[in-house]
Amino acid sequence: MSTRRLRRGGNTVIALIILVILLFPLYWMLNIALQPGESLASTDWIPTAPGWENFHRALSSQGGPLGTSLVVALGAVVVCLALAAPAAYGLAQLGPRGSRTVVFGTLITQMVPGIVIANALYSAYVDLDLVNSTFGLVLADASLGLPFSIVLLRAFMVSIPREVVEAALVDGANRFTAFWRIVLPMSRNALITSGLFAFLFAWSDFMFALTLNTTDDVKPVTLSMYEYIGAHVSDWGAVMATAVVSAVPAAVLLVVAQKYVAAGITGGSVK
Amino acid sequence: MTITAAVQAPPAGSTAAGTPGAHRRRDTLLRWGFAAPAVLYMLAFFGYPLVRNVVMSLQHYTPRSFFTGESPFNGFDNWRAVFDNPLFTGSLWHTLVFTLGSLLGQFVLGLALAVFFSRRFRLSGFVRAVLLLPWLVPMVVSAVVWRKLLDQDTGVINSLLTNLHIVSSPVPWLSSPGVALLSATLVNIWIGIPFNMVILYGGLQEIPRDLYEAAALDGAGAWRTFRSVTLPLLRPVVTVVLVLGFMSTVKILDLILALTGGGPADSTQTLGTVTYQLSFQELDFGQGAVVGDILILVSAVFAVLYLRFNRANLGQGK
Repeated sequence: MSTRRLRRGGNTVIALIILVILLFPLYWMLNIALQPGESLASTDWIPTAPGWENFHRALSSQGGPLGTSLVVALGAVVVCLALAAPAAYGLAQLGPRGSRTVVFGTLITQMVPGIVIANALYSAYVDLDLVNSTFGLVLADASLGLPFSIVLLRAFMVSIPREVVEAALVDGANRFTAFWRIVLPMSRNALITSGLFAFLFAWSDFMFALTLNTTDDVKPVTLSMYEYIGAHVSDWGAVMATAVVSAVPAAVLLVVAQKYVAAGITGGSVK
Repeated sequence: MTITAAVQAPPAGSTAAGTPGAHRRRDTLLRWGFAAPAVLYMLAFFGYPLVRNVVMSLQHYTPRSFFTGESPFNGFDNWRAVFDNPLFTGSLWHTLVFTLGSLLGQFVLGLALAVFFSRRFRLSGFVRAVLLLPWLVPMVVSAVVWRKLLDQDTGVINSLLTNLHIVSSPVPWLSSPGVALLSATLVNIWIGIPFNMVILYGGLQEIPRDLYEAAALDGAGAWRTFRSVTLPLLRPVVTVVLVLGFMSTVKILDLILALTGGGPADSTQTLGTVTYQLSFQELDFGQGAVVGDILILVSAVFAVLYLRFNRANLGQGK
């Protein structure tokens, strides 16, 4: 019994060592961000005298882009859920024939390389006057989360007993009110998870931000950080502070929706 | 396309109006009505670019085209120009090395972690969850962080390696054409480990426990059990991981642009970055579309292989 406990303890130690090694780059990002003393040659292993100067500097120059990212990502969430939730409901009610189409459709969308989409979208955006517009970027970024959200929400809505919806229909509700009043509230958790992922995908987007904007009008933080390291590589403290702030949504997602994240990754890609 | 066909062709047995059949037909239409906005959106944002890209690859597209609206067809001129371009031929080789190297590294390490975390011990679930962070952080952020870590003079990796006397002089991770592609691959392996781990871990949980008990009764050791029980039963999941990993790695752009910008001396140019460079920097969208077509083709070949493999598997009743 005690050797078994010892072995389990040993496994925990190994797991923590793996954690330290794999997360070291992220620790180092935080470490540099917290060390204000602009020391290029040597960075201390631990921020012994932590300060927020880098963050102040980062926020003063990257505050705008961070706001843009926030607006674009929230917009993408709205578009994504507004399209995905009814679609998932319709498909869940349509049975296996519909779902096969969706699974096939999502597989195809995953095959289309993002740069190919950007290539064709750019010329279409020029014609539609959507280049350098927040709305245009929101629409493009919503495509990152949509297939995933449809699959995730459909999987959830299939599990809602048919009787629940049918009872509402018998009571005189039409399909839309049944969807709005019953299915949506019941799907709250799945909607939150989809929304969080849609937010993260749009927040992380770099390609559409890079290709669909030719001026500085719409510049999310991923693009601005990319331009920043091209221009002043010396101010690593501010760059890392920006990186830390940009990684916050990922950390939030992991904490808030921890149990859904792994399920989401597998659900969105395998099933 | 399947969807429009389904709307136009109502299920058999619903013919006469006013009967329950007609009602059901209306209901089916209504259900598809719920899906219609999303389907239209996907046609616009995935279907249209797919088709448009193929057409563009046969057109002479310049910045002028955007003002004049003229983009005359020029046959296979773009294709010839691209194939004659050493940037493209080099990028084919880089893409191959980068993609295969990434897949191999991500998969082996992801599988090792998945097997390890399948044991029961304290904090297992917590550590597994936190390990997802590198995969969730925006790729540009990861690239920027690694750019600092791998910096030849101020990077912590070189200071660690030299202090431990593993190398005698700092390694030019990102500044030497001979090493940069390897560095980019290593960073991408780091990014991809969590994805592989999560999906393979899920696959491992599906394998029935009693198979392991039976193997243990037969006196099979750990390695034997892994080879004869775990790997064969994990095969469908392995295919999925590798195909999805391939399709997402082959087109990577963010990571390389932010890490090396394709350099030094074009040593990290891949199909993704070449498409970007041709279209958005040299503003020859026709030639960019050619490389895009090749990317689509490569992905499609793998998707078809994947589908055929799955069908063959089903056929054998596995």
